[in-house]
Amino acid sequence: MNETLTATHEARPMNEENGKTIFGFWIYLMTDLIMFAALFATYAVLHDNTFGGPGPEQLFDLNGVLFETLVLLTSSFTCGLAMLAARNGNKNQTMGWFIATFVLGTGFLALEAAEFVRLIASGSGPQASAFLSAFFTLVGTHGLHIMVGLLWMFVSLVQIKRKGLTPFVNSKLSRLALFWHFLDLVWIFIFTIVYLMGIAI
Amino acid sequence: MENNTQMAKQEGSGAMLKYAIGFILSVILTVAAYTLVLIHISSEHETISHPVLLAAILTLAVTQLVVQLIFFLHVGAGRGSGWKTLIFISTFVFVLLIVLGSIWIMNHLNYNMTPDQVSHYLQTQQGGF
Repeated sequence: MNETLTATHEARPMNEENGKTIFGFWIYLMTDLIMFAALFATYAVLHDNTFGGPGPEQLFDLNGVLFETLVLLTSSFTCGLAMLAARNGNKNQTMGWFIATFVLGTGFLALEAAEFVRLIASGSGPQASAFLSAFFTLVGTHGLHIMVGLLWMFVSLVQIKRKGLTPFVNSKLSRLALFWHFLDLVWIFIFTIVYLMGIAI
Repeated sequence: MENNTQMAKQEGSGAMLKYAIGFILSVILTVAAYTLVLIHISSEHETISHPVLLAAILTLAVTQLVVQLIFFLHVGAGRGSGWKTLIFISTFVFVLLIVLGSIWIMNHLNYNMTPDQVSHYLQTQQGGF
């Protein structure tokens, strides 16, 4: 890190990636990670207990989940691009990329909801077995986070539109982006442990 | 001020490249893991042995975790990020303890804690823990 770059960082405090608020938010994300760890542990322990019902290999649709994963991954990328635009002070681009992220995030949530509806309709709801209870809790908690993220993104979009890219708004946006990237990070493991390993067994 | 915007633009194109690299690597890693599982379930005879397949897709997932941490979450980048990285590493250790510890304890529970008859019952019910 050379001196000129440090100087520009100080001149634009809203771009500070390691500031106190971001650090505090980072700690929150880490506690959230601990909660997800507990849910992953529960799933890992219970995934064999299908109570005579269908297991992961009969229930999950590999192609659908791959598509879902790529949608969320792309939304994480467009969220990064939105932050870059915000950093350059380009309001329209920031809004454009955040709208793209919002649409992709909504698409992801819709795909997940469709999967839940399909499972429940076929009699494999959360009450059917310990495996399904653990599955719905883990994936549902992630989906709930996505929902909160989308709400947050919607509010932020209104704020960008009304207030512009003020340091206050920018600071909020960088926390939102961190939250969104974090959710994609958790999904990698849901994709791998729940879906891929479930189908491979 | 002009100097600042120029710097921001230069910084921007570098950061843009970072996001693009992270995205492309993540897509490749995701599709690779998917393809491995697809090959495994679609072939009649076992082309990839089961433990090798599980180890491979877990390795791909951890690689993608590192890729996204570096390229999307900027862990380890910039001044004062040492704490962020340190806290992440310690949290990751907790996560491993919780997950692996739970699996280990629960998988040995029947053998360690229950009378022989109960463990025998559980084994015949579940096909063995």
